[in-house]
Amino acid sequence: MKIPVADEMREKLQAAFAPTRLEIVNESHRHAGHAGDDGSGESHFRIAIAAPAFGPMSRIERHRAVHAALGPGITGRVHALALEISG
Amino acid sequence: MATAEEQIRDTIEKNDVVLFMKGTKMMPQCGFSSRVAGVLNYMGVEYQDVNVLADAEIRQGIKDFSDWPTIPQLYVKGEFVGGCDIVTEMTLSGELDQLFDAKGVGYDKDAAEKIRAANA
Repeated sequence: MKIPVADEMREKLQAAFAPTRLEIVNESHRHAGHAGDDGSGESHFRIAIAAPAFGPMSRIERHRAVHAALGPGITGRVHALALEISG
Repeated sequence: MATAEEQIRDTIEKNDVVLFMKGTKMMPQCGFSSRVAGVLNYMGVEYQDVNVLADAEIRQGIKDFSDWPTIPQLYVKGEFVGGCDIVTEMTLSGELDQLFDAKGVGYDKDAAEKIRAANA
């Protein structure tokens, strides 16, 4: 069975950062028929994450850390990934 | 024929502010690109737009160059600043103003304040 992308994201982010807050919203339905909508219903995501590990990092480092934790399998597959990261 | 990396390096060296985006600054073709272009347009920043949809090698090349998987990407004085989320956060916090001040990039301070007032 195919695992929803959001579940895969949650698992990876939990494992990497043990976040104190983690919200993953699939916003794909809001972009249905727009550029980047591949019909999968898993094209646009918004992630809000807070973890102590992000505290000392710059904005770019925080984003890079999340990109790395998700891995190219996810960042390469989804069309849009909005990130709100706090320490 | 210059490689994509050479073209990218050349563009960010020759222009103080460069936005790699989907579409053009006048006709963005993605909401995220549109938001960053909109901020720069509104703040009256002079910048070079690079439409990655017009060149598949640049589209992949810029992701490799910055080790960043998404478009848009903003560069100021050759330095990668971030994508849509980071530029939005920096606009609202005033950090973008500080960056432009530090790098000697001209912009309309009143317009920046208006953006912040409208999103307060």
